[in-house]
Amino acid sequence: MSDEANKGLLSPLRRKLLMGMAALPAITMLPRASFAQAPATSAINTTGLAVTDTEVTVGILHSATGTMAISETGSIEAEKLAIEQINAMGGVLGRKIKFIQEDGASDWPTFAEKAKKLLVNDKVAAIMGCWTSASRKAVLPVMEQYNGMLYYPTFYEGLEQSKNVIYTGQEATQQILAGLNWIAKEKGAKSFFFIGSDYIWPRTSNKIARKHVENVLKGKVVGEEYYPLGNTQFNSVINKIKLTKPDVIFTDVVGGSNVAFYKQLKAAGIDLSKQALLTISVTEDEIDGIGGENIAGAYACMKYFQSLDNPNNKTFVPAFKKMWGEKTVIGDVTQAAYLGPWLWKLTVEKAGSFDVDKIAAASPGVEFKGAPEGYVRIHENHHLWSKTRVGRAKLDGQFELIFETADLVEPDPFPKGYQ
Amino acid sequence: MIISSRFFNRSELIGFVALAAVLFLILPLTLDVFRLNLVAKYLTYAFVAVGLVLCWGYGGILSLGQGVFFGLGGYCMAMFLKLEASSVENTKIQSTPGIPDFMDWNQITSLPLFWQPFHSLSLTILAIILVPGLFALIIGTAMFKRRVGGTYFAIITQAVAAILTILIVGQQGYTGGINGMTDLRTLKGWDIRPDHAKVILYFVEVVLLFACIGIAQFIRLTKLGRILVAMREQEDRVRFSGYSVANFKIFAFCMSAIFAAIGGAMFALNVGFMSPSFVGIVPSIEMVIYTAVGGRTSIFGAVWGALLVNFAKTSLSESFPQLWLFGLGALFIAVVLAFPNGLSGLWADYVQPRIDRLLPSRKAKSGAWVDNSVADGAPAE
Repeated sequence: MSDEANKGLLSPLRRKLLMGMAALPAITMLPRASFAQAPATSAINTTGLAVTDTEVTVGILHSATGTMAISETGSIEAEKLAIEQINAMGGVLGRKIKFIQEDGASDWPTFAEKAKKLLVNDKVAAIMGCWTSASRKAVLPVMEQYNGMLYYPTFYEGLEQSKNVIYTGQEATQQILAGLNWIAKEKGAKSFFFIGSDYIWPRTSNKIARKHVENVLKGKVVGEEYYPLGNTQFNSVINKIKLTKPDVIFTDVVGGSNVAFYKQLKAAGIDLSKQALLTISVTEDEIDGIGGENIAGAYACMKYFQSLDNPNNKTFVPAFKKMWGEKTVIGDVTQAAYLGPWLWKLTVEKAGSFDVDKIAAASPGVEFKGAPEGYVRIHENHHLWSKTRVGRAKLDGQFELIFETADLVEPDPFPKGYQ
Repeated sequence: MIISSRFFNRSELIGFVALAAVLFLILPLTLDVFRLNLVAKYLTYAFVAVGLVLCWGYGGILSLGQGVFFGLGGYCMAMFLKLEASSVENTKIQSTPGIPDFMDWNQITSLPLFWQPFHSLSLTILAIILVPGLFALIIGTAMFKRRVGGTYFAIITQAVAAILTILIVGQQGYTGGINGMTDLRTLKGWDIRPDHAKVILYFVEVVLLFACIGIAQFIRLTKLGRILVAMREQEDRVRFSGYSVANFKIFAFCMSAIFAAIGGAMFALNVGFMSPSFVGIVPSIEMVIYTAVGGRTSIFGAVWGALLVNFAKTSLSESFPQLWLFGLGALFIAVVLAFPNGLSGLWADYVQPRIDRLLPSRKAKSGAWVDNSVADGAPAE
């Protein structure tokens, strides 16, 4: 009896096993059959990233809390919008993008910790993130050690280039030089007064601006002053401006300090419709806090304004407002953050792989025709070719486009003659 | 000095064995290297917390500027590591090769004089102990000799923390400014970044932590420790008995500064990073919170406090990136309202009696821990 019972148990098992073995060749063919357009995961992901047959995971790493949250929220929103749009179009190589959001908490070491978590624990295929130079400097060694891919949106000081970073904002020479040329030509400006927040980006930007003013434009820098981040007392520098009477005030004051700076300028009787002021740090986001009436008339030099009149931007702005509310404004960095997921998708498709090494190699030459700023292309040095634009602040907090370069400006993170 | 016959009483021995088991065995065996490295980061704050137990819990000196010493220790270590990472061949892209990258960005063309000693590891280790120790000695002497204490002392330590932050941020050519010192790579040619190095550094750190716990426990058991507690409870009485209160306070403050500095140095090694965000007022207050959560009169409690608060910070922020700060705040308020003596108070009230009941024979001897937390009912300052 026991023998019979054994047979009874064994035979269906054996039959199943046999059937299974017979089906084996068919199984190997399955992925190709069912994902006719999507390539097999094993072929496009050889380094163990979080890629499945239907999904690919990326990380979003910005400050959702702390002092930088006010600036970085726009970037988070833009990246989520881009990811949603890409998914609606079918995703990347047939895979939907899933994102894991981490909070850098405006604290640089936290950024490094979270970047490491995203790469080591979550095995994300790319990270869209960072905002301040300090956070990028903290994350960079992690990206290089664990071979991750970072899409960094902010305009920044240059002097950096990494296989593991795509810089979707402008580096300093790209942002500054064309603007200075324009104001020198248009306003006949010869004397400049520099005011900045005291950290690496304003200092480097002003160093480049000074060399350009002195060596190329043959003008003069009549003053250069720095204030700690968060400073709210600008009266002494405003007095100096009144004494030296520069043709142009050139500022890279960042964050909340701007509110105090422009209010005090206005209170001191400096009329920005007569006194030329060129800022490289005030976007629509900052004007939200400063108030249009305090800054109207100032010139800003960057690559994107919400008011740009082109077909891409005309679909981008309503889509952004639909997702995040009518009242939101879109600044330069927000737009650059929007480029990140798109450039990554295009690069993955060009490389035919999610592998970071292949993406890093395939990045140069990738072009994005749907960019709200118009058209961008990735340079060999992993920065973007982009146009430089000058806008004039209006009362309603928007910029009116005054000038744009005819061609894309080449990114040059290690400018010769400017160091 | 009189040392009681046993280094740990029974309840402390349980605490010691439990902590050693968790740190030496359970965590390394169960966590992957990434999480273990995070624990190493949390434990660097445990050094500060143990120092605070000595200075605040026993001595009654509330310092809201421990970040200063944590930062000084960390910066000393980071300067050594940064110099090693800035060899001529690593920095040949700069206008002046061979100096740290942030100096080059700030148009500094030669290494400043005060950086020179940090070419040598032994001088660096000396500096990690001496610089914060001497600094604490100066502050302590200036304050305690003039009988500045209590809240006034706390406010002044806060001011020192603010001043040092401004100094570091402002002198960015010499200190790296707000970016801090990043991209630290090797220690005497030994790469501190790969996984196996992280594991070794973790164990080095745990051994150092136990050494500090041992020193703190030793101080507690000597006459010195008893004078500290007496000072906390009745400062004038101690003074009238003929003791120089100021000197004892300076000693406790210097010890806590040195512990904090060791923590800072281990932080730079484990995280590969140092920045002014660990020096200021907010991190300094956070360090006091670790101690408060753990129970400020318990050396082991402080370690647990540092571990648990940081663990909560990481896991809350991973799960709720937008809302985690509220959760953390609620946790602090709950702890302070419900258990004013922190985790160690909980242990003493609920767990310890049960253990004593199980082992009734030596109940009489397990007094010390409970004594302290009872005596601690009223705030000391």
